[in-house]
Amino acid sequence: MKRKIEVSELIFKIIAYFFLIVFAALCIYPLIFALSSMFSSFDAVRNNEIVLWPTGKLQIEAAKYVFNSSRFWVSYSNTLFVTFIGTIWCLIYSILGAYALSKKRLMGRHGWNFFLVFTMWFSAGVVPQFLNYQSTGRVMATIFAGSTNMSDIDLKWLIVLAMGMNATNIVLLRNSFEGVPSEIEEAARIDGATELQILTKVYIPMSKATIATVALFFGISRWNGYFWAYKVTNAAGQNYSWPVQVYMRDFIQLNTALTGKYSVDDAWEVADIGKATSIAYSMVVFAMIPILVIYPFIQKYFAKGVNMGGVKE
Amino acid sequence: MFKLKCDDFLDYDEATGTYSMSAEQQVRDETERNKWKTTGFTLLKDWRLYLMLVPMILVYVLWKYLPMYELTAAFRYGDYELTTDRPWAGISNFQNIYFGANAAAFWQAFRNTFIIAFYGLLFGFPMPIILALFFNEVKSNIARSIMQVCVYLPKFISTVIVTSLTLALFSGNAAGGQIGVVSQLVGKIFKSSKMLQASLDGGLVYTIQYFRPIYIITDIWEHAGYDSIVFFAAVIAVSPTSYEAAQIDGAGKMAQMRYVVIPSILSTVVIMLIMKIGGLLSVGYEKLYLLCPDSTYGNYAVATVVSTWANAQGNYLTQAFGIAGEMTNNLIGMILVIGANTIARKASDVSLY
Repeated sequence: MKRKIEVSELIFKIIAYFFLIVFAALCIYPLIFALSSMFSSFDAVRNNEIVLWPTGKLQIEAAKYVFNSSRFWVSYSNTLFVTFIGTIWCLIYSILGAYALSKKRLMGRHGWNFFLVFTMWFSAGVVPQFLNYQSTGRVMATIFAGSTNMSDIDLKWLIVLAMGMNATNIVLLRNSFEGVPSEIEEAARIDGATELQILTKVYIPMSKATIATVALFFGISRWNGYFWAYKVTNAAGQNYSWPVQVYMRDFIQLNTALTGKYSVDDAWEVADIGKATSIAYSMVVFAMIPILVIYPFIQKYFAKGVNMGGVKE
Repeated sequence: MFKLKCDDFLDYDEATGTYSMSAEQQVRDETERNKWKTTGFTLLKDWRLYLMLVPMILVYVLWKYLPMYELTAAFRYGDYELTTDRPWAGISNFQNIYFGANAAAFWQAFRNTFIIAFYGLLFGFPMPIILALFFNEVKSNIARSIMQVCVYLPKFISTVIVTSLTLALFSGNAAGGQIGVVSQLVGKIFKSSKMLQASLDGGLVYTIQYFRPIYIITDIWEHAGYDSIVFFAAVIAVSPTSYEAAQIDGAGKMAQMRYVVIPSILSTVVIMLIMKIGGLLSVGYEKLYLLCPDSTYGNYAVATVVSTWANAQGNYLTQAFGIAGEMTNNLIGMILVIGANTIARKASDVSLY
């Protein structure tokens, strides 16, 4: 059955395509801009001549500088550590908690749910949270370093354990676990499975999409986390624990004119401001690579996971 | 009368004319007496389930609920050393930030929070819906997937990178007397010499009148694509027969939008709107902090929100004011969440919590 396309439909389609193509292009434009600036000549970067493609004589000096910068790679490995261990830690307690919360027979279930959801409604705020992290650091130092000075312990562990909480992710997991038919659980129980076996053999395989989504969310927030890592490591003066985001911001602030006005009198780590800016763009590109690599593989999961575990009840 | 009241737990023996406890009541009494035993037994039998809950509870108590205990500092005098137990100040800190010496700074921050949140909602909320409706028009799966990959991506870029690129594109590198690409473009289109001058002076991001639009635009850039997932799911859930019925009735594309699609996704729109209103006052302080780290930046008057203002009050002399101010902000935020949720439940039977 072929239908004549009306004029209004045609116009609507054209507008839709045009709008979407423009928006999609705008979404990736800044990333292409960063990539082009990484390889453009220093003069072009200094004079802001780059619009889309690399301009001037192409160079890989900036990339070489980043490749040889040990501070950059130390902070990079810190981020890898925090992302990897932190995501696993968050996933462990979130999955266990969400599984328990998804069970109707759990006593005080509404109370525990409220306990969790309340943290989405009300947070203590920046200053109390910071005071709390400081006392956490002191307690950890008392236990592991025998002093009360926060800088005596490796603050990466504080970042791993205490940060990156997200109640929404636990609710996503809980909703997904609630969607697993209880008959399957009964069958497993009759076959003699313990609680942990039911979780690992029945629930986790059946909620793979949601778990992948939640792991992605935890991982991305770890990778991208800046504010608290910066506050905590700076309070202790522990530069060697800086994640890559903190180091990158520090480099950009100190060596380029992006965050403030350029003045020749300042002491610069890199003499040429064009080169420094190009280096900053190289760092941006390097810091984005892991996300760009993982993202296409997991992208098909998260649209499904978000909708599945979304609004319920 | 007595008999009527009591015959649910007493049995009347006709032969002897005496009352005795009924069998059902004995069972009930037994259950009542053993209630704690049964509860304990269930707890014991399910101990693994409760053990699973423990790590999560511990983490949340330590790093979400213990900070709330620190809120008591808002009711203590701030200008004492932290080591001593500081005396109670009643509500004097609140009076200070509402009417006293810090009132101007606090209300400015509060106003900025509200304005940024309100404009963000006004311009940011329709965008994902429009995107979802347009995605529905793209019939080729490959083309749509490519576009979706592109528009979801900004959500996963870190705040540091987003702010750095924002500064690069809007402000640019003032070293060579040059300005950012977007500033150049906008300046060319509108022939605005004022804008060009502002770009040269301190960059558009650090200029008071351009900061808010730039913030809102970059926020939409970050979130619109990702937020469209939920709406797109709602749009593709509309059954094809509804479209066919509308077509047979002679509805054009616009009429189909108006009478088929919009009503079908309305409940999702309402829920998402409630969610957004609930989170109105919790604007992204990380991004704002990176765009305006301290009061020496030109956009301080419009870019400082309650969280960043409180963060700047971090030293022990003034932190009580910061805590009090942020507590006010967060309590109003909580009232908004609960209020929005209650209205939703009354109006449409859908609520989030």
